[in-house]
Amino acid sequence: MQVGLLYSRIRKDEKLLLSELRDRDHEVEKIDVRKQTFDISGAPDSFADLDIVIDRCLATSRSLYATKFFEAYDIPIINSNETADICADKVKNSLALEAAGVPTPETTVAFTKDSALEAIEKFGYPCVLKPVVGSWGRLMAKIDSRDAAEAILEHKATLGHYEHKVFYVQEFVEKPGRDIRVLAIDGEPVAAMARSSDHWLTNAAKGAETDVFELDEEAKALVEDASDAVGGGLLGVDLMETGDSYTVHEVNHTVEFKALDSAVETDVAGTVVDWIERKAVAASDAELEVTV
Amino acid sequence: MTECVECGADIALHDDLEVGEIVDCTTCGAELEVVDTAPPVLERAPELEEDWGE
Repeated sequence: MQVGLLYSRIRKDEKLLLSELRDRDHEVEKIDVRKQTFDISGAPDSFADLDIVIDRCLATSRSLYATKFFEAYDIPIINSNETADICADKVKNSLALEAAGVPTPETTVAFTKDSALEAIEKFGYPCVLKPVVGSWGRLMAKIDSRDAAEAILEHKATLGHYEHKVFYVQEFVEKPGRDIRVLAIDGEPVAAMARSSDHWLTNAAKGAETDVFELDEEAKALVEDASDAVGGGLLGVDLMETGDSYTVHEVNHTVEFKALDSAVETDVAGTVVDWIERKAVAASDAELEVTV
Repeated sequence: MTECVECGADIALHDDLEVGEIVDCTTCGAELEVVDTAPPVLERAPELEEDWGE
């Protein structure tokens, strides 16, 4: 099959996918999102033979528009624009999880400094302030006092992009020094790892140590529900242990898996490509049915 | 082997180089983007942008 890989940077994650796809003799068309243009009237000729496209854009804004275009061109895209749209925004992500009955940290959104401060005081200290768009633990603030809250809100309101004036305030979850990253394909876990750190942020990108994590039945069910809540696909579901259960704080749509690949014995790229092949075949069969 | 566009130091490149890949200069720490592989051509990588992530 011919697979498009939409990218901004080729990281180890993309290299793992490229290597696996080429080893299976699939033809790979690398599409640099910085160079590609998208016409509303139709797909460029270079897309004509693509059976499926994998969105690996680093930039959320580009990912959201590009997935929209591929869907307009009737080219199957992983992940769907719906999934990207929900996962890219923490507010939509939290709303989707809450609506699906998936346990997720208590969250309040405010649009002014005063109402955000009110929300923060209601949560008590510590609580957490997150940007609505962003990753890798960047610009996350654990707020320990009213003084800190006032300073951070002032900075965000004065210096930030307009999205920083959407204040996403969340309860601080006392996790046991780690959280859990699950790579899932349409709700089925491929592998999971615990990310441990002395810091309150336990992102692998922040240097957390990673180790294989065995999911119990409850966690597996939550991963499936969380995946369904955001529209399914190739996802990174993040959970925290709360003592007797879990809470799902986020679902990521252009999931990185190099840290997971190193931490577990599962052939992560191989399993993902197995699934991509199945998706491409299913999309092709569906198209044939429509044609007939 | 190619040269860092920032500091001029030699950079050893691995065989499975990909266009779009980022390599670090071990001498000056610059992040460099591979813009061609035959022969290898490096440019300064774009700065991290605010909406980048997973």
